[in-house]
Amino acid sequence: MLTFILKRLGLAVLVALTVSFISFVLLFLAGDPAAALAGETASGEDIEAIRRLYGFDRPMLVQYVDWLYSAVRGDFGESYYFRLPVASLIAERLSVTMTLGVCGITFALLTAVPLGVAAAIRPNSIIDRVALFLSVAGQAMPSFWFGLILIVVFAIQLGWLPPSGASSPAHFIMPTIVLGYYAMPAIMRLTRAGMLEVLSSDYIRTARAKGAPEGRVLFRHALRNAIIPVVSLAAVQMGFMLGGSIVVESIFALHGAGYLAWESIARNDLPTVQALILVFSMFYIVFTFLADVLNAWLDPRMRSS
Amino acid sequence: MDKPLLSVRNLTIDIPVGGGTLHAVRGIDFDLNRGETLCIVGESGSGKSLTSLALMGLLGKNIRRSADRMDFDGTDLITAGPRKMRALRGGRISMIFQEPMTSLNPAYTIGDQLTEALLLHRKVGREAARARAVELLEKVGITAAESRLSQYPHQLSGGLRQRVMIAMALMCEPELIIADEPTTALDVTIQAQILRLLYDLGREMNMAMILITHDLGVVARVADKVAVMYAGELVETGSAQEVFGAPAHPYTRGLLRCIPLPGKTERGSELGTIPGIVPSLIGDVEGCAFRTRCPHALPECRAEIPRRGAGEHLFRCVHPDGAVSAEDVPA
Repeated sequence: MLTFILKRLGLAVLVALTVSFISFVLLFLAGDPAAALAGETASGEDIEAIRRLYGFDRPMLVQYVDWLYSAVRGDFGESYYFRLPVASLIAERLSVTMTLGVCGITFALLTAVPLGVAAAIRPNSIIDRVALFLSVAGQAMPSFWFGLILIVVFAIQLGWLPPSGASSPAHFIMPTIVLGYYAMPAIMRLTRAGMLEVLSSDYIRTARAKGAPEGRVLFRHALRNAIIPVVSLAAVQMGFMLGGSIVVESIFALHGAGYLAWESIARNDLPTVQALILVFSMFYIVFTFLADVLNAWLDPRMRSS
Repeated sequence: MDKPLLSVRNLTIDIPVGGGTLHAVRGIDFDLNRGETLCIVGESGSGKSLTSLALMGLLGKNIRRSADRMDFDGTDLITAGPRKMRALRGGRISMIFQEPMTSLNPAYTIGDQLTEALLLHRKVGREAARARAVELLEKVGITAAESRLSQYPHQLSGGLRQRVMIAMALMCEPELIIADEPTTALDVTIQAQILRLLYDLGREMNMAMILITHDLGVVARVADKVAVMYAGELVETGSAQEVFGAPAHPYTRGLLRCIPLPGKTERGSELGTIPGIVPSLIGDVEGCAFRTRCPHALPECRAEIPRRGAGEHLFRCVHPDGAVSAEDVPA
């Protein structure tokens, strides 16, 4: 188990380095950062001056190593637009995003897994149909539309919940539902499919032949095996929620990291965008790593491979 | 003799399929005493496995089971509720399946899976259960039994897994063990070993055993009673000597001709086969299911088939002697 974890950890670090390099290079392909920074009215000399000031005239590899070395120590430079250290800018926004992401994935898992299990126990029953309807609806409805509907109903008509902002737990209820409902269908379907397959397997018959009660058969024998692919999917969804909740953050005016990313791209705020890409990728890498470890714990066959 | 441990009368299993009902098992009768071994033989699809699952109450939800009588030591298995059946399963009746590679849960250790039934059915602690598991693993011939408890199924070979399955079935010292082709998935070299082991352990613990197989060589060695199954019916039942010594039903004789016997079958001579295929059992099945392949078939075979024979040796055929006189001496 320990060698497995170390191997995965090594792999995660390599992926992180690759991602950091790609994100660094990609931004240079997007255009001359010095020209963008100088603005449309700047003269050639102005651009050259900015190029030297920010070190864009050095070889790219030198710039990358320099940037990476600072980044590892938590220094992502200064935002061109906000004139503030990028690290503190992100840290400030990240708490909102992380709260939303954790709530979102928790909501998704708490609705999707029980619903998927219930649907698999009685395929084609009422509960299976309801689960199918909810998942199709969840996949078909755009987040922004669902979010606006919720605001109209619960904030404007009923007045139960605040429509925007992030100042109290109540502010997070609607964003959580919108974000979680977006991830729910895939998790539900994977749980249902996994449970259906596992429940028809020989070892479930063995468990029943031993006289194990139905609850024990379902949750101890079946769910542990069926949940393995769900763990991997949930990790990816979690990464997505932390990095890609731009739409939801915009609708509910939650000024999180996703919103910051959108602002920074629009303003060509290079250091912020680079740092955010790196942070978002790190989330993916960390959650994938955690999912691998969790799966190895669930499925002993993975530890030896 | 005492009352039989297991008594089955007119067991019938119907499976609804698209376009009708599959009459998979039709009117099976048999009795099994304590300590006895009953072998059910027959080709694939004859309903052997369904019969065993019906006894365990493990048929699929859409499969219909009915019987005039299905009595296990005073418990009526037809009317027994889920709770009662759970108490029997694994505790007093256990089952060994034919797929050792997939019948163990990949997520749990051998020790967890071995002790599960014992912890569910008997009031024993974890330590005692583990000790029992080690004892049984040794009994089924697994070396380093103690260290196996922390291993996972994927770390064991097929033969070892089947030994684990056997040990698992024996944990609660059941009165009846149902082994559904326990050696089919194994190498030929291990098959005989495993069967011998199962048989010896059964004797040692005085367990009744239903052994489902299509290996007649095995049957000849271990069976007290034999039930020959064809297309969902028991065409012939009796003691091993009776069925092997004087096979009455044409199908039984056909089966016996299909196996070569050292010393008896001449080298180079053609092995017997039963021409034709098993009939479809969808829709109404009338008369003898074997008539389409039987060399002695008569128009009367379409009608109700009488049960013949004396004592425990019974068969179903329109011919009073199963048309034995019309054939050469069986191989």
